[in-house]
Amino acid sequence: MAENEKEYRPFLVDQVPYMTLTTKKYENRKKWQPSNPKEICSIIPGSVIDVFVKPGQKVKSGEVLLILDSMKMHTKIEMPYDGVIKAVNLAKGDRIPKNAVMITIK
Amino acid sequence: MSFKRNILELRKRKKEAQQGGGEKAIEKQVAMGKKTARERIKAILDENSFHEYDLFVEHTGRDFDMDKKVLHGDGVIIGTGTMYGQPVAIYAQDFTVFGGSLGLMHARKITKIMDHALKMRVPLIGINDSGGARIQEGVNSLAGYGEIFYRNTNASGVIPQISVILGPCAGGAVYSPALTDFVFVVENISKMFITGPGVIKSVLGEEISMEELGGAMVHSEITGNAHFFAKSEDECFEQIKKLITFIPWNNAQKALRFPVAEPLAAANIEEIVPIDPHLPYDIRDVIRAVTDNSDFLEIMEYFARNIVIGFGRIDGNTVGFVANQPMYLAGVLDCDSSDKAARFIRYCDAFNIPLVTLEDMPGYLPGVDQEHAGVIRHGAKLLYAYSEATVPRVTVIIRKAYGGGYIAMNSRHLGADFVFAWPTAEIAVMGPEGAANIIFKKEIDESENPEEMRKQKIQEYKDKFANPFVAASKGYIDEVIEPLETRARLIHSLEVSASKVDTRPIRKHGIPPF
Repeated sequence: MAENEKEYRPFLVDQVPYMTLTTKKYENRKKWQPSNPKEICSIIPGSVIDVFVKPGQKVKSGEVLLILDSMKMHTKIEMPYDGVIKAVNLAKGDRIPKNAVMITIK
Repeated sequence: MSFKRNILELRKRKKEAQQGGGEKAIEKQVAMGKKTARERIKAILDENSFHEYDLFVEHTGRDFDMDKKVLHGDGVIIGTGTMYGQPVAIYAQDFTVFGGSLGLMHARKITKIMDHALKMRVPLIGINDSGGARIQEGVNSLAGYGEIFYRNTNASGVIPQISVILGPCAGGAVYSPALTDFVFVVENISKMFITGPGVIKSVLGEEISMEELGGAMVHSEITGNAHFFAKSEDECFEQIKKLITFIPWNNAQKALRFPVAEPLAAANIEEIVPIDPHLPYDIRDVIRAVTDNSDFLEIMEYFARNIVIGFGRIDGNTVGFVANQPMYLAGVLDCDSSDKAARFIRYCDAFNIPLVTLEDMPGYLPGVDQEHAGVIRHGAKLLYAYSEATVPRVTVIIRKAYGGGYIAMNSRHLGADFVFAWPTAEIAVMGPEGAANIIFKKEIDESENPEEMRKQKIQEYKDKFANPFVAASKGYIDEVIEPLETRARLIHSLEVSASKVDTRPIRKHGIPPF
């Protein structure tokens, strides 16, 4: 107990500080970030089969931007709304992790 | 004429079959720090009590030259024996035989012993050590898994089911342990995952070691798949032997009664808990201050440490404890702690084990991650489990019982039989600070000295509500008790509840939020 006492630190619940320890899982929890509608992120890791757009290109909503091979499935990534491509952060053959920003829109 | 020749032949065949995968494979097993399947069974059961069945079963694989292979016992040992003189059914996969892979006959052996266990109403212990499905047998091995899961589910809540993971347990195989009541894991030996590091790397490009992905500590601390963590196989077997003393042999029985013993630390109970509700302590010390011999077997010690669950005895009888742990995350309720406690409550209810709830929590864990992880439906599991339970249920409120957590922690309103509170109990919608800020917002804002006013109002609220007497005046708690009376009150309430009859509406089954 005496050893632990040093590590206790205030923890807010309803604005009230309680002295306590935390857990590894709590410390490693993911901080929430608001999603940016101008970024198209991967929701699953995979490899890029083909990319069809270039920076500066005008793209209509629903047009296919790229094809991703994930979990033995070829998934088309579509433009969410009419817009102009700002950056393409990947190329054919690239392997990308989850939550990678694949394409940004102006 | 004599039997001698036949007997010698039988002995020869038995000896050969009992070798499993042979010397070399056994050497490999030992080199990995693992015991053989036979040694494991021996270590768990009473001495010389094991009786084996299906030793001569052969596999039925015909493709890929499998017909030329002899697999002794088809990679699994099944049988019955005793623990403390009481019968149990057991199976152990033998990794030395073709990697303990599961083919049709291997699965048939397991389902045979499962059927026995359920019919005879005895506990089932399954030791998992297998490379997974025997790919050469194709869909037959998948069929085997499915037939095991089906039986695990049918036996759930009827007989205790214990899974011991002593090697790899990967792919579909993981779901049998997941369906059982208690999962035991051992450091550096147990590995559980749906897809292994190899597949994850080739498909997703993520690199991770087996231990980091699905090792014993990961399942004890992060996933909550495991209930007991041990550093060695021997320690694991001791844990199994201890657990089994606390639980009944089937759902029509009660756990064995033990000789009554006084707690070793009872006198300290008032010194354990700080009066200041913001300061932590170890709730397990309070549990040990009321249990016989101060003995407490904690379950899921490393997962969701903000709630403590486990078995102890009061007056010789097994009791299931559910207790907030102020030492971790201030003892808040969250997704994981609700999930952990809810399943344990259902276990106790299924096996006629009375529940004692010790309450000291400031509310639910705030955060986007919690809300998005579904704290609503996970939290609801706890309400469901308590409301559904018909075993004797006693609650002791030690300090904080705020808001939704007050309701969730076996309150009178969810059907608790007895609710006691220490004089330090605070039963309120929220803590005094938060409540005063809302109720007296206007007075505080308009005051010339808001801070002074805030302090004054907090004190006002504290005096009025931060005590057990408001709830006692409504009959929501039955009695305010002195801490030192706790054990005596628990003993008496459980005595009074010994023949409790409580029913729920007839239905096929409820629909809990899982």
